[in-house]
Amino acid sequence: MKFIVAIIQPYRLDVVREALTEAGINGLTVSEVRGYGRQRGHKEVYRGAEYSINYVPKLKLEIAVDDEVAASVAETIMRAARTGKIGDGKIFILDIDSALRIRTGEIGSQAL
Amino acid sequence: MINGADTAWMLTSTVLVLFMTLPGLALFYAGLVRAKNVLSVLMHCVVLTCLVSVLWYAGAYSLAFGTGNAWIGDLSQIFLIGVDRNAVHPGTTIPDTVYIMYQMTFAIITPGLIVGAYVERIKFGAVLLFSGLWLLVVYVPVAHWVWGGGWLAAMGVKDFAGGIVVHTTAGVAALVVAMALGKRDGFPHQLQPPHAPWIVMVGAAMLWVGWFGFNAGSALTSGADAGMAMLVTHMAAAVASLTWMGIEWARFGKPSLVGTVTGTIGGLATITPASGFVGPFGALAIGIASAVVCYGMVHLVKVRLLVDDALDVFAVHGVGGMMGTLLTAILMPVALGGVGYADGMTMGSQFGVQATGVAVAAVWSAVASFILIKLTQALVGLRVGRDVEIQGLDLTTHGEAGYNVAFGGTSP
Repeated sequence: MKFIVAIIQPYRLDVVREALTEAGINGLTVSEVRGYGRQRGHKEVYRGAEYSINYVPKLKLEIAVDDEVAASVAETIMRAARTGKIGDGKIFILDIDSALRIRTGEIGSQAL
Repeated sequence: MINGADTAWMLTSTVLVLFMTLPGLALFYAGLVRAKNVLSVLMHCVVLTCLVSVLWYAGAYSLAFGTGNAWIGDLSQIFLIGVDRNAVHPGTTIPDTVYIMYQMTFAIITPGLIVGAYVERIKFGAVLLFSGLWLLVVYVPVAHWVWGGGWLAAMGVKDFAGGIVVHTTAGVAALVVAMALGKRDGFPHQLQPPHAPWIVMVGAAMLWVGWFGFNAGSALTSGADAGMAMLVTHMAAAVASLTWMGIEWARFGKPSLVGTVTGTIGGLATITPASGFVGPFGALAIGIASAVVCYGMVHLVKVRLLVDDALDVFAVHGVGGMMGTLLTAILMPVALGGVGYADGMTMGSQFGVQATGVAVAAVWSAVASFILIKLTQALVGLRVGRDVEIQGLDLTTHGEAGYNVAFGGTSP
């Protein structure tokens, strides 16, 4: 099993979710996060004074999938989240040791 | 004799002016600070309201509005002794009680305005001590000079609702206190922006409505003078808002809400001294001048001089009040829709009197505020420690957090 962590632009969430649903993925976790990368940050102007926003708001998606679909799911997220501008985000793929469904006690792929 | 219509309007105006401070100014300022200091700012405004009210009762009113001499009132009405339930305030048609209460709301908002200079880093005890002293040493005498039959009144100075008494004194004090206190950690480039611009707008809107009591109420009657004062107050606010918005739109490509409502407050502060003396044309001119000059002053103070007058009290209120007081002399001729000059006065001589009033009040406030802030520093200290500043005043000073919404409020 693989754990896919995607950092995306907040306003791309709906597009990503639709694409994942079409690809047969029916569960993910979203959290609001802040960070910086090549986008660095941005400026906001209040009363003519510039404020540096060093940590840009992003969304973090977490999805656990079977090994064989991991690459295609990551590809789906990448295509849906991409705008072509700096700040589109990143996708990380990690190995999962185990997974359990709390309600039923199912283990492994059954729990996904 | 007491006139019912006048008294009804003045009771209403009193409510409106208190509403300017609580919660108008409190929210206007609270939205502009970072989330970790929101409660401290609200607390400053609430507690100053109470403190000034008690001081007003104890003797500040008597010293400001008692007969006294050209410089200061007297102690004939300390603890409001001898204020008769049925007494008419001299020279008006309203009860003494209403006049005392109406003037109290002005005394409340003036030290309240200074809050914007020292937010996010001052010790709470210093706020109380400095503000109490400042009311007695700066506000009370200047109010007497201009409105209590003092020497500036005798010279013929025109300050309808507080361009000198309220905005010049508070604005100059704000600059002095900000310099004495020093910059916030991270000023000017590494500060977080205002935590809730929408609250800034809510506060500004309350100030706008309350300002009708401030300006139209300063007629002390419910007649024609109040009507025109309300009209010009509203026009100046609208024009100044649009002008400020236009400046930002042209300069940064985006018309901002915080900028637009800052224009509103600048326009209101600038029309304040003029509101009983000019017509709609004067309001238009004041609205435009206010936004252009106050916008430039915010930049000058914060970006060029690097003084951390955190919420721009001097640039918006101080400069607005001074400019409006001077423009009153220029915009009050009958030909421009104003009330015209007093017998023997010309535009030049009136301008001289206005400039004298502004200069004297500014110098008095600057010198006295400097001495009082240094005295406060010696007695209780001014500034919280750096750790406290970084953590925020809400938790460290008041033991409360402004926003307890993590996990939707469902966590234990």
